[in-house]
Amino acid sequence: MAEIAIKQVAKRFGSFTALHSIDLTIADQEFMVLLGASGCGKTTLLRIVAGLETPSQGEVWIGGRRVDHLPPRERGIAMVFQNYAVFPHLTVFENIAFGLRMKKLPQQEVEGRVNRTAELMHIEQLLKRYSGQLSGGQRQRVAVARALAMEPDVILMDEPLSNLDALLRLEMRAELKGVLAASKTTTIYVTHDQVEAMSLADRIAVMHQGHIVQAASPVEVYRNPAARFVGSFIGNPPMNFIPAAKAADGSWTVAGLTLPGPKSDKQTIEFAIRPEDVDAGTEGLHATVRVVEPLGPHTLVTCDVEGGLFRAILESNVTVAVGDHLRLLPKPDRIRWFDPETTNAL
Amino acid sequence: MHGKALPYLLLTPATLFLCVFFLFPFALVAFEAFTRDGGFTLDNFRTMAGSWKFPVTVRNTLLLSAVVVPIQLVMALLMATMVSRLETGRSAALYIFAIPLGISDLAAGLIWLAIFDQSGFLNTLLSNLGVIDRPVMFLGYQSKLTIFIAVALAEIWRATAIMMVILVAGMGLIPREYYEAAEVFGASPWKRFIKITLPLLRPSLQTAIILRVILAFEVFAVVAALGGTNLPVLMGETYNWQFTLQDRNVAAAMALFILAISIGFTLFFLRVLRVPKEARI
Amino acid sequence: MSTVAELSIAAPEARKAGNWLLVATVILLCVWVLLPIYLLIVNALSSPEEVTAFPKRFFPSFDFGSLSFFINFAGVARALWNSVLVATLTMLLSIGFGAPAGYALSRFEFPGKETFRFLVLMTRAFPLPLLALPLAVMFIRTGLDDTAIGLALVHTTLALPFAVLITFSLFSGIPVELEEAAWTLGCTRLQAFRKIILPLALPGIAASAVFAFTISWNEVFAAAVLTIENRTLTAFLLQSLGESPLYLKFAGGAALVIPALIFIFAVRKYLFAMWGIANR
Repeated sequence: MAEIAIKQVAKRFGSFTALHSIDLTIADQEFMVLLGASGCGKTTLLRIVAGLETPSQGEVWIGGRRVDHLPPRERGIAMVFQNYAVFPHLTVFENIAFGLRMKKLPQQEVEGRVNRTAELMHIEQLLKRYSGQLSGGQRQRVAVARALAMEPDVILMDEPLSNLDALLRLEMRAELKGVLAASKTTTIYVTHDQVEAMSLADRIAVMHQGHIVQAASPVEVYRNPAARFVGSFIGNPPMNFIPAAKAADGSWTVAGLTLPGPKSDKQTIEFAIRPEDVDAGTEGLHATVRVVEPLGPHTLVTCDVEGGLFRAILESNVTVAVGDHLRLLPKPDRIRWFDPETTNAL
Repeated sequence: MHGKALPYLLLTPATLFLCVFFLFPFALVAFEAFTRDGGFTLDNFRTMAGSWKFPVTVRNTLLLSAVVVPIQLVMALLMATMVSRLETGRSAALYIFAIPLGISDLAAGLIWLAIFDQSGFLNTLLSNLGVIDRPVMFLGYQSKLTIFIAVALAEIWRATAIMMVILVAGMGLIPREYYEAAEVFGASPWKRFIKITLPLLRPSLQTAIILRVILAFEVFAVVAALGGTNLPVLMGETYNWQFTLQDRNVAAAMALFILAISIGFTLFFLRVLRVPKEARI
Repeated sequence: MSTVAELSIAAPEARKAGNWLLVATVILLCVWVLLPIYLLIVNALSSPEEVTAFPKRFFPSFDFGSLSFFINFAGVARALWNSVLVATLTMLLSIGFGAPAGYALSRFEFPGKETFRFLVLMTRAFPLPLLALPLAVMFIRTGLDDTAIGLALVHTTLALPFAVLITFSLFSGIPVELEEAAWTLGCTRLQAFRKIILPLALPGIAASAVFAFTISWNEVFAAAVLTIENRTLTAFLLQSLGESPLYLKFAGGAALVIPALIFIFAVRKYLFAMWGIANR
């Protein structure tokens, strides 16, 4: 059992606050992804859990044990670093065995575990090599194997795939998912890549300016962003936002379209819809086409709606040209509303 | 990590050491220079400046620096650019150029003594060429000019390496693309050197010149080996005051004087060759 | 059209000529550096009579008369031993004090860091050997006068700033992540340093140790000021400049130069990295 509980953890560097009182609980064997742009505090949070950084306040619990005053080696964690941190003066075998030797396990046990994890990561033929003789992808495998060999309760990963090229990243992503699911560890995984986050996570914690804006399943985060930031950060292209004015009967007028919406005492709120959730038709939002980008399976159309940018993903058989006036009808169950002041979902 | 004290713990030995053996003796020098028999006085400086040798030593030291440092700068730049364009034997050439870096000034003086001495190789060479028929005293007390030239040559020989190494390291920091871009825009090798290398090398030039000028004011053993007392310089005079004349206080005043001109020139070059932070590579 | 053709023919020609000029200049500069050393060695490997003869031979006669005279000259063996002793002590002191400071500078952010760096950089604007003058008095009071350790302490002020700056850049060149990985794999800070950082930094530390040794080995002024009985080789040679015969000087010069050549050769890989960084 290794549930991780982060309680009111804050981190300040001088006058700069990197983390504002973070609360997050990660269930045993859960795969939690911390997602956010660079500088949002995700790596700092991970390093606080690892013990590489001390929080300015708050508590970190792992497996029911308070660990925030313990050094990394006493926390029962293993970590995979962004630059792999494969020790250059040790062979792959000794790299994977490093933590086991620190635990003073018998040689037989060490060899057994190293061979097992090496096989799991498909690097058994590299065991005698040094880091300098490995490719980036192979080093990545060594780093993961080294962490897995520890059979830790918790694995922490700091952007482990960001230094790989696109194709390799895809391959490693699928492999990581399988290996980590089989290892039954609790995982915290830091990334700025939303596709990686969506594909790997049981739950995603979206971070922004030192806050966790939303922590939920990938689908939930995508479908029901808790705040405007989440909608604008996740999704490629991101969500569209258009101001909505209050109509007489409590419904809302959005770019020439009147829609039922949430009750609010505000005069204007924000209407939001994902680009793929609109259909071109005879009624809907008034849009003027600015750019048309055929992408194969569908066509990305950038329009002007109420003087703002609006992107729509349309069937590729819809023929549109620059300057056309379109009517874009949003799917009613996919419409989201945000408070323009708090930016929270309504 | 745990214990904010660790970095201080690690710095303590070095800091204590520098306080005891750098700051404290420096304070002592200053103290001794301004006191005599327990009282504050400027007499030490008056004695120092009143000595007939003082203007000569100042002139010799400054003149030597003024001759040696610019030649070294040009040679170091030449060596550094040559080496960077060499296709084969680059590291061998660099090693050879750097050799004098490891040679003490005394040894350098002795090396050039082997050449300039009356029974040295220069006399043999000149007689073989038929220029002279009996050995010439190059380093005698009457031949001040040849002593000066010999000392200057020995200094140039010995201490160009340190500038060269700094400049080579500095050139290594200049990205190749700048040269390629300049070449594309039609700059000749000479123009590239003037317009790209020199300006971007300024921080390295600054350190190289400052370091070299300070070392030039400290010239001592080379002169001792080649000129003896015939070419008095500042450090040699300081040594004299301390030992031959047994006057610690005047020696301290000399030391302070050397320090003052060193700092003066350091500040001067820091100012003249200043590179704004935002204009650095 | 014709000018283009001419140019394309002329260009490689000009390039070739330029290359020759380049190679010739480099060789000339190499000769400029090596020839004087060669001549000193010719003298050292000649008999005392040949050293003072006129005209001289430009090749050594491999007569060890000068060298054996030098080695057997009163005080020389002791001076050599003192030089080695002082240089070794300087090496140990400057690395022992400098490396921890370099490590601290490379791994921690803390108040006072800039002050320390300033203190280290300040040493560079000072004619450090001069500090031997006041220390001479202090050493007499503390019994450190005319001892190897006393002189080594002064030489350490020369070598320590370099040791700090060089080890700082060495440690900075080793990714922090390697150390952090070791911590997460069960190491204490000390274990991580010993198992990961030290093996990786060792060649560089050895090079800077050699560097510290060379600084002390070559130093003349402070050595001459601070030692009387226990003279180092440089101090001994300086003292005897006035009275000693030429062949003794040249043999002594060679004894100073040869180890220096070996040192520089041993650290040649680090020479540029170290000086370049230490002087930035």
